[in-house]
Amino acid sequence: MSFFNLKGILSPVTALKQFGKKPHTVGFPEVSIEASDRYRGLHFNDLDACIGCGNCSTICMNNAIDMIQLDGIEGEKGDSGLRPRVDNGRCCWCALCVEVCPTGSLNLTKEYNFVSTDASDFLWTPGLSNKDKKDKISFVSDKETSLTEYTRVPMRELDGMERIKSFAEAVLGYNEEEARREASRCISCSLCTESCPDHMHIPEYINAIASGNDADALRIIYDNNPLPEMCGKVCTRRCEDVCAISVRGEAVAIRWLKRYATETAKNADIIKEIVNPEIREANGLNVSVIGAGPSGLTVAYYLALRGYNVTIYEAKAKAGGMTYYGIPKYRLPEESLEKQVGYIQSIGVKINFNTRVGKDISFNEIYEKSDAVFMGVGYEKPWTLGITGEDLEGSLQAVTYLDAINSGKEINIGDKVAVIGGGNVAIDAARVARRKGADVTIVYRRRIEDMPADWEEIEGAEDEGVHIMQQGIPLEIVGKNGKVTGLKIAHAEMIPDPNGGRPRPKQIEGSEEILEMTAVIGAIGQEGDYSFLPEEIMKQLKIERGRFVVNEGGQTNLSKIFAGGDSVNKTADAISAIADGFRAVKAIDKFLNK
Amino acid sequence: MREKSTTLYIGPQHPGITGNMMVKLQVEGDTVVKAETHVGYLHRGFEKLMERRNWLQSFTIVCRICVPEPDPNEENYARAVEEIEGREVPERAKYIRVMTLELARIASYLLWYGGQAGSAGLYTMPQWSVGDRNYILDLFEDLTGGRIYHMYIWPGGVRRDLPKGFKDKALKTMDYLEKRIDEYDKLLFENSIFQKRAKGVGIIDKNKAIEWGVVGAPLRGCGIKSDVRIDDPYEVYDKLDFEVPAMEGGDVWTRALIRRFEIRQSINIVRQTLEKMPGGEFYNKIPNPMKWKIPAGDAYVKTESARGEFAYYVVSDGTNKPRRVHVKGPAYVHGVTLLENLLVGENISDVSFIMNSLGTCPPEIER
Repeated sequence: MSFFNLKGILSPVTALKQFGKKPHTVGFPEVSIEASDRYRGLHFNDLDACIGCGNCSTICMNNAIDMIQLDGIEGEKGDSGLRPRVDNGRCCWCALCVEVCPTGSLNLTKEYNFVSTDASDFLWTPGLSNKDKKDKISFVSDKETSLTEYTRVPMRELDGMERIKSFAEAVLGYNEEEARREASRCISCSLCTESCPDHMHIPEYINAIASGNDADALRIIYDNNPLPEMCGKVCTRRCEDVCAISVRGEAVAIRWLKRYATETAKNADIIKEIVNPEIREANGLNVSVIGAGPSGLTVAYYLALRGYNVTIYEAKAKAGGMTYYGIPKYRLPEESLEKQVGYIQSIGVKINFNTRVGKDISFNEIYEKSDAVFMGVGYEKPWTLGITGEDLEGSLQAVTYLDAINSGKEINIGDKVAVIGGGNVAIDAARVARRKGADVTIVYRRRIEDMPADWEEIEGAEDEGVHIMQQGIPLEIVGKNGKVTGLKIAHAEMIPDPNGGRPRPKQIEGSEEILEMTAVIGAIGQEGDYSFLPEEIMKQLKIERGRFVVNEGGQTNLSKIFAGGDSVNKTADAISAIADGFRAVKAIDKFLNK
Repeated sequence: MREKSTTLYIGPQHPGITGNMMVKLQVEGDTVVKAETHVGYLHRGFEKLMERRNWLQSFTIVCRICVPEPDPNEENYARAVEEIEGREVPERAKYIRVMTLELARIASYLLWYGGQAGSAGLYTMPQWSVGDRNYILDLFEDLTGGRIYHMYIWPGGVRRDLPKGFKDKALKTMDYLEKRIDEYDKLLFENSIFQKRAKGVGIIDKNKAIEWGVVGAPLRGCGIKSDVRIDDPYEVYDKLDFEVPAMEGGDVWTRALIRRFEIRQSINIVRQTLEKMPGGEFYNKIPNPMKWKIPAGDAYVKTESARGEFAYYVVSDGTNKPRRVHVKGPAYVHGVTLLENLLVGENISDVSFIMNSLGTCPPEIER
């Protein structure tokens, strides 16, 4: 081919016609181009919405994100107080941090220009250093695209109407596949650990479950909780309240996962085989524990592991305290508790049943022969409602009622029962009464959403046909021939609290009515019964508002006496009692090994 | 006394070299008698890095194996993971993936236009084609949030659905590009200089091409119709109507013509995907990436990239990290074996011209 073909020379020249056309380029900085609506530019973090879970920092393989403390942001329950700081020199704008942010607070913006001659300027805190860029947010992760799994694996339960036919356990528990799936939702942020009174190693055992290593999970769980199966069934689970995933979705079912892991060990021997604890050589020191409730059992278990000779004195025939006598069997079956207590006994803890201190054995005797005494005596004396008619037959307290049912006794409550109160005990009493065939109404002063009871319990009660009357104030128990025939109540309206507290109920004039009832069960709280203590000890012991005053290790002002559980702790739940016990173990160990 | 031969070095930093690599030339006069490639200037250890990153974290670095066309890497990685795990991909996601891959192919060819013409000293062409490539990058920005590294195709589907108004914008861009191809023809293919430079230069022998494992446009330029999209269709290529060109010749000119033809086919495919794309989900969500484990197994997947067959071999040992990710890019063959053989006997000034026609990309050689 000749070099001089005419077309080959003229064709390229047609490019000249591009002269005078509008150019593709724009003049910067006179004209700046707005990035697209999905642009992955510089980070922006909503500091108020962020809970400092650190998931962004975990996923970032460039180590571009550090979690740092900022002035004015304090850690609290459900917020670590830390916020991400981005090293823009390391960031590759892959936006995985955005995809895994459970709260959706971290986003990328349309901003792409950041010029500085100082290298340290590229290290800044999104949301603080670029406060005004909130309206520039472009790359976001909503609930649909986020990689966080917001939906919980549903728990299988017996049908509500099926449940009330017996005391069979209502919750069926996760199977292996469900547990693995649920465990894999956890992002291991540890906010739950902070919130748990006992600081259980939650991310660690959930991780073990997710990796299919149930035995490891059980060992981790037993590290600081000797009654995990009980917690796995009935814990008040403050951990789930602060779960990072709960900000935009359903919290990881931490309680059910613990239940799953503990239920893999079918009996006490298997627990012992799996946990295989190191029991230290006997050190010759004697510790007595009064009350075989959660705190007492915790003290006994961990002190026994440390080589102490531990004896528990329990007034009743079974160990577990309120978890045995207060919690209905459809929530916590007897065999489950027996298995756990059996394991505690198997490592050398002695429990003297049916031995009420102050009656069957004197406190002084115990005090004299022990190097330390732990009192986990609980709150077993119920408050009364303080209204007329409480002396009538058919008026009783929930704790008394539950105690009787759990001890195998029968109490005739008739077929129409009112339960007064909004806590877990009220719900328990209502659901038990329902199982005994009664038509049950819970009367509560405030609204359902104000109830301190667990929402799952409230839902469970409703499923079982328990009627909940909100904003009802009990005025009088009405009776005839010494027997309860009704409950006089008044309706209430909610008055907002000017100080921002929860609204208060105010009786509506003329709204009184009498509900026909065969029994009225009060469930408004309990208090401690310290009559077992000798007078001279009572005089010396510091007690405030019905609770022993103790230091951080559970030690009372009498150095040999330690206390924990409901008689110390206002939170009044099992896990707090276990936490008290665990703290006391360390304190007692330190006290006796000075 | 005159020396018989001289040693010359091109690269690792040289405008005529695609990426960072060096070619050591033994020349006699203007003629190359021996060419030796030296790589190792761009090693970032991707394959090793992935062994300590979890399955999702690895996804963000595969695109960096190829700057001009990152998407086949994402596609391969995603498809390999899906194959081992048995994860279903929604139909809509498959169409979006094909569209993304074809947009990437067009963008890559436009960049090649610039390189091929630029290495022949025709400097208007790069200005045009790189400028037009920016319109594709605009589409990528709208679609993925990134212009170069899209990180868009990931296991389970794609990361986001098409944004509002994307279809119209994409179709308009396709119309515009189609018109521009005609103008490129006038500037490049009808240009005597280009014809003179390209015809009969860098001829690949058909049998050698098969022997060495040459793929993509260089292989099709030898008259062998080979394309993964046809031979082993993935995603929804079997539902689309397109042709794969093959021409006898084996020189730079034939390879250039093939690429020119393929751009039109790709424009056509993009239009088809936009029209045929069904509604529904775009993503089959993976579990929590921190605890995402892939059952033990392995997968070998391949994708037709702009430079030819691009394959990944991924092995899982059942943990949350890949045991091994092996990247087999076309550049390994094209940039080492083929280039060293092809340069012998050619003029020095054709070295980078031939190199560009093979589409070598050093990051693929040293992953």
